[in-house]
Amino acid sequence: MKSSVIIFPGSNCDRDMDVALKKFGFKNKMIWHNDNNIPKSDLVVLPGGFSYGDYLRCGSIAAKSNIINSVIEFANKGGMVIGICNGFQILIETGLVTGALLRNKYLKFICKNIFVKVNKTQNKYFNKIKKDILELHIAHNDGNYFCSKDDLKSMQDNDQIAVRYCDSNGEISENSNPNGSIQNIAGVFNEKKNILGMMPHPERVIDNCLSSNDGSYFFENLLSNMK
Amino acid sequence: MIKVNEKIAIDHGLKKDEYKKICELLKRNPNLTELGIFSAMWNEHCSYKSSKKHLKKLNTKGKRVIQGPGENAGVIDIGDNDAIVFKIESHNHPSFIEPYQGAATGVGGILRDVFTMGARPIANLNSIHFGSPSNKKTKSLLRGVVQGIGGYGNCIGVPTIAGQTSFDESYNGNILVNAMTLGLVKKDKIFYSKAAGLNKPVIYVGSKTGRDGIHGASMASAKFDDKIEEKKPTVQVGDPFTEKLLLEACLELMRDDSIIAIQDMGAAGLTSSSVEMASKGKLGIELHLDKVPCREENMSPYEIMLSESQERMLIVLENGKEKKAKEIFDKWNLDFSIIGKTTNSKNIELYFDKNKVANIPIDLLSEEAPEYDRKWKKNKLPQKINFTKKDFKNLKITDVLKKILASPNVCSKQWIWEQYDHTVMGDTIQKPGGDAGVVRVHGSEKAIAATVDSSASYCYSHPLSGGKQIVCETWRNLICVGAEPIAITNCLNFGNPEKPENMGEFVECVEGLNEASKFLNFPVVSGNVSFYNETKDKGIKPTPTIGGVGLIKNYKNMITMDLKEIGNIILVVGKTEGHLDQSIFAKEVLNEKKGPPPEINLFNEKNNGETILKLIKDKLIRSAHDVSLGGIITGIAKMCIKGKKGINFYKFKGLLDKFEYFFSEDQGRYIVEVKKENVDKVKKILDKNSNHYDLIGEVIEGNISINDEPTLSVDKLAEYNKDWLNKYMVN
Repeated sequence: MKSSVIIFPGSNCDRDMDVALKKFGFKNKMIWHNDNNIPKSDLVVLPGGFSYGDYLRCGSIAAKSNIINSVIEFANKGGMVIGICNGFQILIETGLVTGALLRNKYLKFICKNIFVKVNKTQNKYFNKIKKDILELHIAHNDGNYFCSKDDLKSMQDNDQIAVRYCDSNGEISENSNPNGSIQNIAGVFNEKKNILGMMPHPERVIDNCLSSNDGSYFFENLLSNMK
Repeated sequence: MIKVNEKIAIDHGLKKDEYKKICELLKRNPNLTELGIFSAMWNEHCSYKSSKKHLKKLNTKGKRVIQGPGENAGVIDIGDNDAIVFKIESHNHPSFIEPYQGAATGVGGILRDVFTMGARPIANLNSIHFGSPSNKKTKSLLRGVVQGIGGYGNCIGVPTIAGQTSFDESYNGNILVNAMTLGLVKKDKIFYSKAAGLNKPVIYVGSKTGRDGIHGASMASAKFDDKIEEKKPTVQVGDPFTEKLLLEACLELMRDDSIIAIQDMGAAGLTSSSVEMASKGKLGIELHLDKVPCREENMSPYEIMLSESQERMLIVLENGKEKKAKEIFDKWNLDFSIIGKTTNSKNIELYFDKNKVANIPIDLLSEEAPEYDRKWKKNKLPQKINFTKKDFKNLKITDVLKKILASPNVCSKQWIWEQYDHTVMGDTIQKPGGDAGVVRVHGSEKAIAATVDSSASYCYSHPLSGGKQIVCETWRNLICVGAEPIAITNCLNFGNPEKPENMGEFVECVEGLNEASKFLNFPVVSGNVSFYNETKDKGIKPTPTIGGVGLIKNYKNMITMDLKEIGNIILVVGKTEGHLDQSIFAKEVLNEKKGPPPEINLFNEKNNGETILKLIKDKLIRSAHDVSLGGIITGIAKMCIKGKKGINFYKFKGLLDKFEYFFSEDQGRYIVEVKKENVDKVKKILDKNSNHYDLIGEVIEGNISINDEPTLSVDKLAEYNKDWLNKYMVN
């Protein structure tokens, strides 16, 4: 399976994503932001980091970059696209997924392990994962997800809420919400569920010696759906 | 141009006789640009004029040392053609004036020192010290510094894996911000700052030059008074995004042999980088300052030479490589300009609009820089306090433990390190909060452990012992995670070297750290000195900070301090003598601040450490933690909190009072967890190596149980430990 990871100036999880994809069997290519075309791929990933320094609203400059048109084209044809952390912020800025990511509720950068409840209904990202709750890792300043009531309702009706912060028992509450996100939302799909944007980093938790190994379930499932 | 006189020289921070010496050496009066250059190169920060004499004595050699002090950073060999580049540096003065930018640019500066040598940064650490929590500035300074460190490190994408935070009223007017970076490089791809060859192009790359940070290094070489607000413009402004681009562009250019020498523009900017490269190569250098990319209009040669704008590098390139190099920097959207060349004049010659604006023999700026043998006062070992049972009456071990765990210098610093990205790069296998941070060497079985330590109270009470103690503590922290200690870097934060008391603290701390470094084969490979940490004549406690680096040959052998299994046995290796003077218990509970620090026995230190390391390698130890602030019980409480388990202490036998037993801070001790079935084997090894040990308890479910005392819930203790800082920062 072929994947492409886009490198923007200021991306800093591009290598980690490359390592993770290769570990689970993808043939991955790194694509420069100034290129015009994505090579033939089964999966495109927008990695975490601080694209263009995030000096404007996070992700907004990357959403106007050279490569982004071909990402949008790929996504609109039904191609699988993942945006993690800054990648999620970029997806939001391009309009490929709905909502906004605000400054964290306590106005601090947060780096820690968190638990998320995953949505396995009709999507290729989580469908065959054995667990319902994954221990992943977050590291962000602007991950406080927000959207209008109408958008929230239509996303709920269409099962587009991909992952929600919870505690180790799967309890979704204010206490398990690290950043103030509406409905504890940590990630969402687009309507067709070929695009996933989420704040937690699966690529940082892919080995027992790291802070968790649950990211492995994510990548294994992803690959198995592409074969 | 203004005509230079003695008064202007003094305004530049030079002393009367120093100015006289400049005129004699030049055989004329310098012009303003030249005076600026002299003041930048001859200040304490760049010239080490008060410290050089003593630093020369440091133990800097070892079988793994590839590069000792004198380069951008030190380099050690970790086998398989891999090397680790590392250094610690202070950014104290700027951080007090403007905490966010001061701390951020501190991180930026040390990162550049490391990637200048061709290494990809793989870990950041920091040691930060603030005034008393009740001081009105402390909270905002702490918040600003933490956000600044995070803002820079998080953006550039290098994990912050360990650190240290302390509070003491002696930092009320001078906080300390020491930042350390480790980088990974192939042994045959290390880049140095020594220029070589004539007529080689000198290249400026990175950000444009602005008027920020002019005289930053001079400011860092002076004490503070009431007017520090006026010094804000001397603080540089950081741009981690540009630094990330610069890092990637430099590493890309370093893939082949285009670069002859490279040096980052840190303190004293273009001045020190050009002078140092030429000086090391025994060459001259010619620069055309109108070719320097400037961010502001009408910048004078004086301003260009002294600006400390960040994220800039100076490179001496091989002839013919200019085009290729430019392409790389263009790709990363960075400025690139050929601003001069190397010459055989042995002078630094500056041109602006075709006029020669400065011409100084380089020797005068480096070798001829002043070197002082400052007067210093010897420190006596303070009289020991004789604590008696009376001092402890009405106290309960459990209450004291709660108080210590919630005290500012012992409490959990999670509020701080959760704001630092400590997992980016995907190789962090031990995060902050343990004895040392550990990262895997990417793509290999090896891992690198790193820690930073300092103990200002011990150093203040007796500098010689304090100096030794920190090196030993660093060594112990590395051993506790299963790493073989390799080398250290030091950041020597002191008061005013012109005062014999402060100079005495410096001289004896250095002597102490050198003695320990020699005995433990733990050489110093890099470092920095920060003097004049003094406000309105009040100096800080002497605070040498030691950054230590160790190697774990197979990362699977790394251990952590959290208790692992119910039923395991807890041993303390190293002798508990009951030394309470200068302990947290004496200071926080008995309010007794006098007395000597605990004695250091280097032989025992080495012997205990080596045995523990062997036991870890033989997989006989499940968890380990050194005994430091707060003694045995505080150490164990932390192991319990992290492992969410408890301990049942055996009835304690011996001559010591139980308070001495639980809270004394005798050195060279480790708390280790051993499986029951391995205890005899471990005892045998300890006996064979003559390591003193005591079996002190057994791991149980979540309570700490001591004879005749109420049982303590570990969950509750965890709250006490975590809450203090959270509440302090929120209220």
